Amino acid sequence: MSGKPRLTYCNGRGRMEPVRWLLAAAGVEFEEIFLETREQYEKLIKDGVLMFQQVPLVEIDGMKMVQTRAILSYIAGKYNLYGKDLKERALIDMYVEGITDLMQMILMFPFSPPEAKEKNLDSIKERATNRYFPVFEKVLKQHGQDFLVGNKFSWADVQLIEAILAVEEKIPAVLSGFPQLQAFKIRMSNMPTIKKFLQPGSPRKPPPDESYRETVLKIFRK
Amino acid sequence: MSGKPKLHYFNGRGRMESIRWLLAAAGVEFEECFLETKDDLTKLQKDGSLLFQQVPMVEIDGMKMVQSRAISNYIAAKYNLYGKDLKERALIDMYVEAVIDLNELLMTHTFQPADKKEQHFATIVDKATNRYFPVYEKVLKDHGQDFLVGNRLSRADVQLLETLLMAEECKPDILVKFPLLQSFKARISNIPTIKKFLQPGSQRKPPLQEKDVPKLMKIFH
Repeated sequence: MSGKPRLTYCNGRGRMEPVRWLLAAAGVEFEEIFLETREQYEKLIKDGVLMFQQVPLVEIDGMKMVQTRAILSYIAGKYNLYGKDLKERALIDMYVEGITDLMQMILMFPFSPPEAKEKNLDSIKERATNRYFPVFEKVLKQHGQDFLVGNKFSWADVQLIEAILAVEEKIPAVLSGFPQLQAFKIRMSNMPTIKKFLQPGSPRKPPPDESYRETVLKIFRK
Repeated sequence: MSGKPKLHYFNGRGRMESIRWLLAAAGVEFEECFLETKDDLTKLQKDGSLLFQQVPMVEIDGMKMVQSRAISNYIAAKYNLYGKDLKERALIDMYVEAVIDLNELLMTHTFQPADKKEQHFATIVDKATNRYFPVYEKVLKDHGQDFLVGNRLSRADVQLLETLLMAEECKPDILVKFPLLQSFKARISNIPTIKKFLQPGSQRKPPLQEKDVPKLMKIFH
């Protein structure tokens, strides 16, 4: 057994993708176990490995961690991506939570009924361009620094680049009114650990497709 | 202007209640500014006071903080309710996140349409008694200590107590199979700051009544 963190989830983005991003950005190698059948999932529950009977599960530093935010906070804290003091943490938390609300819309999108999809896509576009992206455009413009908080790379930057790319997959021209975010996107994408994660063959997962949707419904049906 | 934190929300529990609990448990006095109409919300949005145009918003230490988790994290850390190191934080976070999940279920009960209420109630009881409560009962049993993490009061204890009481409001005998949670409830309720918060006249808010739902909808929709 290696010392690397071990991730258990479906073979797709879902709620685990921000964890993959953060570990990758921190330069931490990790292993993955993919749930493919309901039996596998039920076995995990029976074995008592999932504290609240849910995935994501990340085995790290002797802990079997569950709850995405708990996992992300731990990784951010451990790898110095959480600011230098309480006030920087507060900013990072606010930014991450806002972005997570936007990402939640993208997360749920594949599972919305076909007749709601156009409306949901419009909502994502509206929220991204009117509520969330303007905030980060302004933050970057006001301090003129490369990173969102404390002039240093943090969890907030990783979460934002992930969100920008995810929204762009659905709405390619979404950054057209946001020059600071365009520059931020290029800058983050060129950071060595992130650049590596963005290359083919990395643990980054593709956008959810029908096969992923079916797997999730099959494994987690109520 | 006092140095006290100032909370902006409607006059009810919602997403602000856990923050009220934490401040109260930490013995921190706070002020509240209640949104009564949609105009109240619009004014805050136009002021630029709301980073993502949403409440809760808490003015604290020169910041206008939004996002309930960010606010709770800050208060917990500031008042030493967040464990002594990263690993204790990790445990606290896991416990708190699950409690928040259960809270969501409890909170949304009042908003369920009439034909879905019974089913929703069954879901609440099922998840509370099969998924969440057994975990905390076992944690307390395994270490035999008074508090969930690190033998010391933390936000995990405060937020679990809040949820246990809300669950009991939903179904009064919901803790019948959980003796350790019952004694936990009694013990944490007796902590002086929390005891004070549980008394009438405190800033703790009552459960949302169905009759209040339309007014709420007017503010937020």
